Order: sequence, then C-alpha cells, then structure tokens
Amino acid sequence: MAVLIIADHADGVVNAAMLNVVTAAAGLGGEIDMLVAGENCSAAAAEAAKISGVTKVLHADDAAYGHLLAENVAPLAVGLAANYSHVMLPATTMGKNLAPRVAALLDVAQISDIVEIVSDDTFVRPIYAGNAMATVQSKDAIKVITVRGTAFAAVDAAGGSASVETVDATPDAGLSSFVGQELTKSERPELTAARVIVSGGRGMQSSENFALVEAIADRLGAAVGASRAAVDAGYRPNDYQVGQTGKVVAPELYIAVGISGAIQHLAGMKDSKVIVAINKDEEAPMFQIADYGLVADLFNVLPELADELDKQDIKPR
Amino acid sequence: MKVLVAVKRVVDYNVKVRVKADQTGVETANVKMSMNPFDEIAVEEALRMQEAGAVSETVTVSLGVQQCQETIRTALAMGMDRGIHVLTDEELQPLAVAKLLAALVERENPEMVILGKQAIDDDSNQTGQMLAGLLGWPQGTFASEITFADGRTAVTREVDGGLETVSLTLPAVVTTDLRLNEPRYASLPNIMKAKKKPIDQVSVEDLGVDASPRLVTLKVEDPPARQGGGKVADVAELVEKLKNEAGVI
Repeated sequence: MAVLIIADHADGVVNAAMLNVVTAAAGLGGEIDMLVAGENCSAAAAEAAKISGVTKVLHADDAAYGHLLAENVAPLAVGLAANYSHVMLPATTMGKNLAPRVAALLDVAQISDIVEIVSDDTFVRPIYAGNAMATVQSKDAIKVITVRGTAFAAVDAAGGSASVETVDATPDAGLSSFVGQELTKSERPELTAARVIVSGGRGMQSSENFALVEAIADRLGAAVGASRAAVDAGYRPNDYQVGQTGKVVAPELYIAVGISGAIQHLAGMKDSKVIVAINKDEEAPMFQIADYGLVADLFNVLPELADELDKQDIKPR
Repeated sequence: MKVLVAVKRVVDYNVKVRVKADQTGVETANVKMSMNPFDEIAVEEALRMQEAGAVSETVTVSLGVQQCQETIRTALAMGMDRGIHVLTDEELQPLAVAKLLAALVERENPEMVILGKQAIDDDSNQTGQMLAGLLGWPQGTFASEITFADGRTAVTREVDGGLETVSLTLPAVVTTDLRLNEPRYASLPNIMKAKKKPIDQVSVEDLGVDASPRLVTLKVEDPPARQGGGKVADVAELVEKLKNEAGVI
C-alpha cells in the first residue's frame, strides 16, 4: 500500500490543508509520497519535504503546471498513479477541480470529502449537506479520494526530511490557460485555518454593519465569515460564505451573529468546538446547536461585547 | 453553437431528509423532488446565451427513473428547446453519468456542456470534471461568469481565495456556482408550451456504456447529534463563560 498525495500550493507556500491530508493518508499505513506540480515551485517542494510523515516529494516543474490547471496536471498524476493504491487530494477548490478528472482518466470512482477512514477501501463521507453520513466501499484498484481537512488533525509542518525527486513534465494539453485572479485581500486569518470565526447573517441588514462583526473579530484575532443569506444579499463576497455551498469550518470558537441557522449553514460549522449564537429570534435553529445562546438584538450586543472584551483585556491568542 | 445542459432530479432542498431505519439510504418515498438548484443555474445560463445570440440550440438531458421526465419538463418550461431522457432504474454514480453524457455528446456534438457544480443529494462534485476528462475537453468549474471571444470561452471561477479566470478552447465543459445568475421561474404559457416540446428517450444499452456502480454504500446513518441549547443572560456572562468555562478566549 502506498499513497500519492497531490499538493495544493500557491506562491511557494503549501496549503495548510495538506497537513490534514497527510494525517488521513497515515491512517492507511504505508508510504506517503507528495506530488508538487507547478511552475517555479521548488520552494513549495522544499516545504513539502519538511512535512512530518512524507516519504518522498515528487517535484514536477513546468510552465504547463502553473496555477495547477487540471487539463495539464491530470495526465501527470495519472502517469504516476499506477504505482499507488490511493491518490489523495484536499477538498479545496483545487482538489475538487482536479481529482475527478484524474479518477475518470484512471476509470475509477472518486470518494469525495471523506471525514473518516474505516479501512483501506471503506470511508465515511457526508451526504445531503451533512444531514446523513454514508459509509462507502470502493471496488476499484486505485482509490481517488478528496479529504475534508477539518475532519483530520494536522501533522507537524516541520520535522520531516523527505527526499525530493524530479519528475519529467508531461506536455501542455493546449486546452486551457490562466488569465488572471482577483484574490480577496484580508489582514485576518483564512476562514478554514482560523482558531476563531465571527460570522454575520442576514440579520446584519447591510454591508456597512459588518464593521460591528469586524470589531469583535479584531479583538479575538478571528476570521470573518458570512451565511449564504448574507452573501446572497450582497453584504459580503462569496468567499466569506460558511456552509455546504461555501467553506466547511471547524474552529475552536464560532460566533454566529444574526444567523438563523439554515441546514446548509449548520452543515458547514456544526463541528466547531464551541458555538455562540446571538440572535433576537429565540426560535432560531442556531440556538439548538449553540453552547452559549444570547437572545438579544445584535446591534446592542456587539458594541457591548467589544467593550467587555476590552474591559477584560482579552487579546488575540 | 449548441449547448447541452445536464439536470438531476433530487430531493427538494427545503425537505429535511430522514435516514431510513434500515440504514440503506435516506427516505425518498413520498418526498418532494425537484431540479438540483445548481442545475437550474446551468439551465438559466444556457438560456441567457441563447437570448444573447451566442447559442442556437439548447438541449437538456436527465438520467434515471421515468420521473426524471418531470425535471426535463421543468427545464423545457424555463425555455430549453428539447430534452433527452436516459432511462434506467439502476443507481447511477458520477463516473457512469459522465460516461453516458460522453456518449450523448458523440451523438449531439454540442460545443459546450453545462452542469451544476454538485448535486445536493450525494454532494459529490465530480460529474463535470469527469466528463471533461473522458472527452479530453477543458473544464471551467465553479463558474461565476462565462464569456465568449475569438473562438474560446473565458470562465471566471470561484476559488478558495477569491476569483480566478481561465481561457478555454471550445468545445468545453462548464460547471456552475451560485453567483453565476439567478434562475427564472417558468411562466404559465411556457409551462403549457413545454408539454409539446420533444423528449427523446434512450436506454443505457443504446449508448453502449457500462454504467454499473463502483462504490457500494454499506450504510447511511444520522450524523452525530450535537448537544446545544445552552443560554446566557447577557454579554458579561457570555464573556465570563467563554473565558473560564470553555477557555477559548
């Protein structure tokens, strides 16, 4: 048994979710190799080699692999996959884009978004926005899997000493090219990596009112999230969205402000360690899963909370 | 240019699904079914392309049991030109659907296939990418904008950090994300008109595809329940509890 992990990375930095994928792979036993494909990605390959538990890094550097275009990376992955029993990717947008193309070219099924490994061919994954959990068994020789990062602990990013082996590039498929990107700039931590998240819902009533949420987030060193309703209303961009159709998060503390708690939102945050709900509607479903519910008007609560945090001298950890 | 749009019949998104007592799946008998919401966005986008003059014919396809015809009728009522129904009572998994769609693409020769990015029942997020791989076509997944220029298509994609735009050769596969458009409702006259639009029915055997499942579902269970419902009286108590009881701030 051997696992090939395909790395998500950008600008010389390996995506933090890879540390969780390595934990999942280690649950299978056997060697763990990591493919780092990209354009001028030797820094990312070097970083991958330091990840605890990785045996070997396969470094494929070519202009065709820039921005990890699936059309060009999939043939490379397929060529390597024959030596492995499992191919694993993170359930990031990169992994979700690439994995099914690899699986189809290998003529195998993909197991999406696994949250638990039962055995080397059996996995647990959420269906219906996390309202049911399916245990599925693969009959294929190679298992192509995407891993839900929040369901597995992270391995140490340092301490490993994998060898780095250069892999010959496959030709550019000539089907796609990268045009540009517009990344959301934020001083705050990434949603999926944050220890604390403060999210606002439709109850925020406007884009401007999110300043109240940000004031709390600043004091706690938290990421800012939003419900789908708040995103649909245009209060925040889509990449703030927490939920089944946005990002699945599991921070230590999740503060839901003015979020009623639609099923698809709950599916995206119910694995948080501690949940706080602030809402003036005491019937809001969010209260049913909250550890600490405060039934009150958020426009009174948030400024008061900011003051109280200052008074208690609470600082970001 | 012809566009093919795949639509899936799923449990309506407003229904609270219930796991069956024998753990073989979720209850689908006597449950409201409707078109997968991401597929409605795919239908809407094809119609807008047609209205803008970029597309001459819009074809919709659904795969599965006889009742999938209702989902096809919904797409026709929204404005699609004609439908294809791949009839089977067997379970279809994403790889099988991709293979069947690839076989239909050989027959229909569309220049673009649009699908929802994922279905809200199995949440797989696979079929579009698999179809693109099988056809050797480029893929524009999680699209929030689709434009055409110089015989190519530019697709803006919703990615983790924000937005990314790729340029693809045609033909291409595109999968839709939430913000691509807001789907229209079918008007009553269009619902009536849709009843006369043709739906071609084919079988899995007609398409010469091995559609057998590769994954076996061993059991389906309820997710672990979360103990919640705790309340605090005011902000001071909240901060005190977070600090001393939960120890998270």
